[in-house]
Amino acid sequence: MSAEPAFQIKTDMNTSFRAADNAEPTAAVEPKIKVENLNFFYGNHQALYNISLNLLPQRVTALIGPSGCGKSTFLRTLNRMNDIIPGVRLNGEIRIDGNDIYAPNTDVVTLRKEVGMVFQKSNPFPKTIFENIAFGPRVYGLKDRTKLEEIVEKSLVRADLWKEVKDRLHTSALDLSGGQQQRLCIARALAVDPEILLMDEPASALDPRSTAKIEDLIGELRSHYTIVIVTHNMQQAARVSDYTAFFYEGSLVEFGDTREIFTKPRERQTEDYITGRFG
Amino acid sequence: MQRRKLAESIIYCLLFLCGSLSIFVTTGIVIALGIEALGFFEHVSLWEFLFDTEWTPLFSIKRFGIAPLVAGTLLTSAIALIIALPLGLLVAVYLGEFASEPLRRVLRPILELLAGIPTIVYGYFALLFVTPLLQTLFPELPGFNALSPGLVMGFMILPMVASLSEDALYSVPQGLKEAAYAMGCTRLQMVFKVLIPSALGGITAAFILAMSRAVGETMIVAIAAGQQPNLTLDPTSPVETMTAYIVQISLGDTPHGTLEYRTIFAVGLMLFLITLLLNSVSFMIRNRYRNA
Amino acid sequence: MQPAQAAPMYADSSSEAAPIERAKWPISDLIFQVCALLAILLALSVIIALLFDIFSDGFHRLSWDFLTSFPSRFAAKAGIYSALVGSFCLMLLTIVFSLPLGVGAAIYLEEYAPKNRWTALLELNLANLAGVPSIIYGILALQIFVRWLDFDRSLLSGALALTLLILPVIIIASREAIRTVPRTLREASLALGATQWQTIWTQVLPVALPGIMTGCILAFSRAIGETAPLITIGALTYVAFLPDGLFSSFTALPIQAYNWVSRPQEAFHANAAAAMVVLLIILLSMNAFAILLRVKYQKRTR
Repeated sequence: MSAEPAFQIKTDMNTSFRAADNAEPTAAVEPKIKVENLNFFYGNHQALYNISLNLLPQRVTALIGPSGCGKSTFLRTLNRMNDIIPGVRLNGEIRIDGNDIYAPNTDVVTLRKEVGMVFQKSNPFPKTIFENIAFGPRVYGLKDRTKLEEIVEKSLVRADLWKEVKDRLHTSALDLSGGQQQRLCIARALAVDPEILLMDEPASALDPRSTAKIEDLIGELRSHYTIVIVTHNMQQAARVSDYTAFFYEGSLVEFGDTREIFTKPRERQTEDYITGRFG
Repeated sequence: MQRRKLAESIIYCLLFLCGSLSIFVTTGIVIALGIEALGFFEHVSLWEFLFDTEWTPLFSIKRFGIAPLVAGTLLTSAIALIIALPLGLLVAVYLGEFASEPLRRVLRPILELLAGIPTIVYGYFALLFVTPLLQTLFPELPGFNALSPGLVMGFMILPMVASLSEDALYSVPQGLKEAAYAMGCTRLQMVFKVLIPSALGGITAAFILAMSRAVGETMIVAIAAGQQPNLTLDPTSPVETMTAYIVQISLGDTPHGTLEYRTIFAVGLMLFLITLLLNSVSFMIRNRYRNA
Repeated sequence: MQPAQAAPMYADSSSEAAPIERAKWPISDLIFQVCALLAILLALSVIIALLFDIFSDGFHRLSWDFLTSFPSRFAAKAGIYSALVGSFCLMLLTIVFSLPLGVGAAIYLEEYAPKNRWTALLELNLANLAGVPSIIYGILALQIFVRWLDFDRSLLSGALALTLLILPVIIIASREAIRTVPRTLREASLALGATQWQTIWTQVLPVALPGIMTGCILAFSRAIGETAPLITIGALTYVAFLPDGLFSSFTALPIQAYNWVSRPQEAFHANAAAAMVVLLIILLSMNAFAILLRVKYQKRTR
């Protein structure tokens, strides 16, 4: 999928993300992820109805909607995490960089390397900080210790955690605070050098200060990755995202520029949800 | 990528074989027992085996009625269950609802210890401690009898009954208990009117499993109950259980391939079928109540 | 577990700040508790009587000579050397056979098995095998290993019989340990692109290992005390040599003890008790080790 060599963290990480900020999206930008007529079933229960949308590279897209609306399910179709649940079915098409990720010849493992994921509850492995980050690259066969150390450092720097943990890389990741653990999980996802980052309510279990840190981090990561974030918190969606998709009962009700969705939504349901009339 | 996929499928196949091994074991048991038992039933009719009242395969006049062995098994098992079931349930309720946490933490491992002692040790204990003790109370009691091993076996399976019943009680939703208290039940009323009825499925499953365990227990009865097939329900008389008979023949020098030798397969098959029935019923009860 | 009892309705309001008084249970409650405690006391007294009986009968026979002598026609000269070595070899082989098979089966059932009829059959079958009397495994081993495969009454036959016997126990214990590993750990690993086996090997098994080990040690301690299946496959009771290979005939501690119990002379009963003391000491230390392991790792996992 990617022509880039593995394990090479993009070197332009210090350039300000504002550069990308200023570059207005034009119609010429090829969408990173194209979803067409996606239907999704858990056994006989249909969870997603006919979803179609395009996600642009180097943009943050927020998925909002009340609980059970299918936003997490949708997120999990993008890296095929739903595959591990027995009895799920799906039709329609999801293309990443033009490749159908549900095509029979798709390698799920390669796909998941390209599409990183951060979960609602931080889930560090019960190992050291170093081992957590090095896990991904090791799984892909990297054994060189110096290279591993390099990746660990770069990933932690990028997740804004390096300063706090550089002196205790070999202590248990479980000793970190909740917010630090979540940033560790982000760093862990970055270590395999994905192009897309899926975040499933990454700050819902955190206190306000840690949440702010995660949100800042999303802003910084934005220039390098295509980010899709599920959130319950509408202010958060407004703060961090460029685009917003509103899901309701398994359908995509509205999708568009975040500012527009929050100021002048086209659909009645969106407005009701955003203004807090339900959900 | 190709290599990785190959490795994954090889591992899957190996694990699948491990997982399916248990089926081969069961098939093996059925075949191993079945073939020799078939040889046995060529000479002895099923009718005689099931309904004759005497078991004398080693005598010159051979009779092959399994009833005395079954009676011996039922007798020792019944004695064991009379001890294990009520006491086990009592202990389970107490540990689950009444005992303080520290007491529970001390008592559980000690009870587990009872279940971990080898049966041969229980056999020794039954023959050389419990029987003489009982003889001081009932001087007529013979050295081999059904009572002493039955009692000892009861204490051996008590922890199993207690821990399985406790699991069943524990799975009763807290809300149900609180509802009972909210309606003004005392603790005992809650236990007998809400807790035990709600956990009845699990408790029944535990009881049946205990039954199966008692029927299959070997060393205690082989050592302390004797080796005389008696069609009796008198707990003070010596009896021979199905398991003890298998031990008796295994230790003897009965040559392979003879009818006498094949009897252990017929008896073994009977024993297997009885425990299979009990275990399956217990499993199904447990499953139904878990899904409900 | 104590239900939070509301203060009685007639409680006067001046005692607002006082701690809520524990409800007083009726006398029947007390009687029930006394009954339960008596039941527990009875069970405890059985343990104590049993241990006391075995130790008082056998302790005086315990000596270095007893541990290092072969069995003999003379009770006073007899020892458990061959039985001790036999039990040790038996255990080692059983561990080698049963651990990979049992843990492998547990991994398959927990991590791979689809929800279908075959899996349901496996489950039912496993529950059944766990309840099959040990002597049935003895008959199975007698027929298949001793006779059809012609391993004779060897260590190998004995170890295979014990393996089949404890396999269900190991599988069930390992499954429980694997089941306690949080799902989030597996998801994190899979989302990083690890394959299923990489996830199991590097994330699930290390976390489940203490639980698996605890269950397995308990299973092995059960195997070492088993008598019936070894009797059925015809383990010899009088063995005045040490096993020298997989196909060597052997004896084991419980077999030796049974042989001595079933003799009429009291001197041999003392030998049996002494052998059982040794057996119990081995068992208790295995159990204690398993409990320690459990306690140690319970603290570490959140």
